[in-house]
Amino acid sequence: MKRAFPIFAVLTAVLLSYALYEALVAAPTEQTMGNVQRIFYYHVPSAWTAFLLFFINFVCSVQYLVCRDKVADTIATWVVVVLGIATCVAAFVIRPLPAGIEPSSVATTGLAIIGLYFLIKKYFSGGSTDALAVVTAEVGVVFCTVVLVTGPLWARPVWGIWWTWDVRLTSTLVLWLIYVSYLMLRRFSTSGQTPVLAAALAIFGALDVPLVYFSIWIFRTQHPQPVIGGGGSIDPRMLHVLLINWLAFLCFAVLICRSRYRLEILQREVEEVQALEALHEPRSTR
Amino acid sequence: MGFALRSVNLASQKLRSFAPLGRWDTCPYVVRGAIDFNFAFSYLPVLDSSPIIAVTALVKQFGRFAALRGVSAEFNAGRLYTILGDNGAGKTTLLRALAGLAEPTRGRIQILGTTNLRAVCRQLGYMAHPSLLYDEMSGMENLRYFARLYGITDDDTCGATMAAVDLDPGLPRPVSQYSQGMRQRLSLARALLNDPTILLLDEPFSNVDVRSAGAMVSLLAQMRTADKTIFVVTHQASLLEDVADEFIWMEAGQIVRRTPELRPLETK
Amino acid sequence: MNKEATSDVTSGLTSQRMSQSSRAIAGVSRATLAKDLRLEWRSKDAINSMLFFALLVVVVFSFSFDPNAEQSRQIAGGLVWVAFLFAAVVALNQTWARELRNQVLDAYRVSPAPANSLFLAKALGNFIFVAVLEMLMTPLFIMFYKLRPLGPAWQLVPIAALGTWAIVVNGTFFAAMSLRTRSREIMLPLLLFPVSIPALLAMVNATTVILTGELSAKFWIVLLSTYDVVFTIACLLLFGLVLHAE
Repeated sequence: MKRAFPIFAVLTAVLLSYALYEALVAAPTEQTMGNVQRIFYYHVPSAWTAFLLFFINFVCSVQYLVCRDKVADTIATWVVVVLGIATCVAAFVIRPLPAGIEPSSVATTGLAIIGLYFLIKKYFSGGSTDALAVVTAEVGVVFCTVVLVTGPLWARPVWGIWWTWDVRLTSTLVLWLIYVSYLMLRRFSTSGQTPVLAAALAIFGALDVPLVYFSIWIFRTQHPQPVIGGGGSIDPRMLHVLLINWLAFLCFAVLICRSRYRLEILQREVEEVQALEALHEPRSTR
Repeated sequence: MGFALRSVNLASQKLRSFAPLGRWDTCPYVVRGAIDFNFAFSYLPVLDSSPIIAVTALVKQFGRFAALRGVSAEFNAGRLYTILGDNGAGKTTLLRALAGLAEPTRGRIQILGTTNLRAVCRQLGYMAHPSLLYDEMSGMENLRYFARLYGITDDDTCGATMAAVDLDPGLPRPVSQYSQGMRQRLSLARALLNDPTILLLDEPFSNVDVRSAGAMVSLLAQMRTADKTIFVVTHQASLLEDVADEFIWMEAGQIVRRTPELRPLETK
Repeated sequence: MNKEATSDVTSGLTSQRMSQSSRAIAGVSRATLAKDLRLEWRSKDAINSMLFFALLVVVVFSFSFDPNAEQSRQIAGGLVWVAFLFAAVVALNQTWARELRNQVLDAYRVSPAPANSLFLAKALGNFIFVAVLEMLMTPLFIMFYKLRPLGPAWQLVPIAALGTWAIVVNGTFFAAMSLRTRSREIMLPLLLFPVSIPALLAMVNATTVILTGELSAKFWIVLLSTYDVVFTIACLLLFGLVLHAE
């Protein structure tokens, strides 16, 4: 594992450079927007990566809370399985789906939810689940910031406005706000059970985001607003570049998360060792 | 011997499943005693020698500060234990851990045969440094509210408890206007509301005048005679010299000594 | 050994236990709510300062945003709810003040009373408190902005009730969470505002829609109800964890 990391880092660097080349040079120029559109290859993969990381954080939070109690654990597992299967089924049953969403992607998401839950359950437990939650929250906030910065940067030259309250931008902003407040809670908490409080907040956030999405969707049907990014089909060559960029970003995210996770685990180990030392050394009488 | 006991336990558990309509708690005591030997034994305090509280290698750390460093002890029912030691020795932390307020970092606490302290919280009474009372309400109103938390709805229990600590139930003054002695006595009354089997008292005599302290000590002696297990953390050990069954000395997060008498040499 | 024994007992007594526990929750909630209202009525210091604060907020907003009658209908929804939100935050910060003074929460944690009942009582108390503030601020807003709803005005009542509950239920939960943090007073709005955004959107839009009489507020009321149900359940389930976190 130790040797895999530098190799993986080099591979990621190569992949990122290739993706950058593809995005800036090789990809076809968009008709209406021109070269400014190329920021799309930076904006969208960051968004997907951020959402994935936040989702992992949510799964970790749920697992951290239910791992103590057997009954809750069983209930949570069953809920996840049912949700995943229901999503797969709904993808092909519910017609018509909202614009721009393919049934296959919804089904894959459903399966991914189940897969991710059980993967994390198998390889992480207790304290390491919490460490993973912290890591994904931090790196997710970074990627989310990238999304929120590149969004207006793209919108201004193309549509003439810095910001609009459309579904995706607003949901991303709310997600960012929730996770920044999550990080602040972690930093400011004086309790010995900060992970529990933070996990509760993550669950609240996860409940909130679909509601935000839905509420802005209704709002938009009542007050049509300009849509940044647009839905609809995408040129296959652009899709190809987009996916390469996403892969590169994912590898980069994995790299950073891995380093940060190791740092977090090492920090906790050092604290434990120091605590054990403090336990055994004779205490000075004040 | 152990094997015999275990098989007896197993047999009695199997028999419990035959309890009429599955409602074990409504079976008459005689029937329960006949079926479940544990139950029978728990009603014979003379024969029951298992400790009411068992602490095993209890460690409590706040970051790098270890308040309790591996405390192991057993405490029997119907005794009054006095816990003594310097400030910072871990006495309050031990009491809070027993009350279920401080989750142990390592180790185990078993109270009344279970490690789930929430399940036995009805049998616990806890009195802390701060008064745990509402300053703006009168004594009776405070007791009435806290009794409600235990499901006690009648005023007589509250009145009787207040009278037991030598306070007037009809006193309309808010607690903020009480003297320190009165406040400590009311705090003790709050701990006694649910008639607990185990009492955990953290410095009940701090800043209390001699007369109030004497009244509290005699009340504790009465409770001990009534077979309650009482833990008192105090710096004024001399008050409990004649009443306590055992004196436990703590130092730097560990129990260093347990003596049945308070030797004059060690009085702080 | 003990787990087997307890499972035998519980299987036999589950139905009895459930009805007992719901009665216990209701009883303790009622007692706690009664105590809080009684104490508030006696001292009246929080309610007096809050009422004056509410008045000040209305005046400051009216000075800052001074539109004519036509424009005011468009923005009044937002203004009113932002003012309510800020007044509610100041009120919510006081939720646990009395419990902190002598560490009364320890007495609560040691007792067998369920954490949910404490939460319900505090949330209901806050709801009543914030509702009183709103009932003071609303006529002032109507006066300053010359508001006259063009849509069905009766719908404003359920919107106000649902919206206030949305702020209060999350606010009480996060107020308890912020007890365990430094900078307690700033952590409450930090945690509350992001999570309340959909509710805020629904409240504001519903009010605007009724004031301007353009569209139906039905969707927003349904959204608010969904938000309330989801977050009330989440708070009730998770409050025990927050209360017992040291």
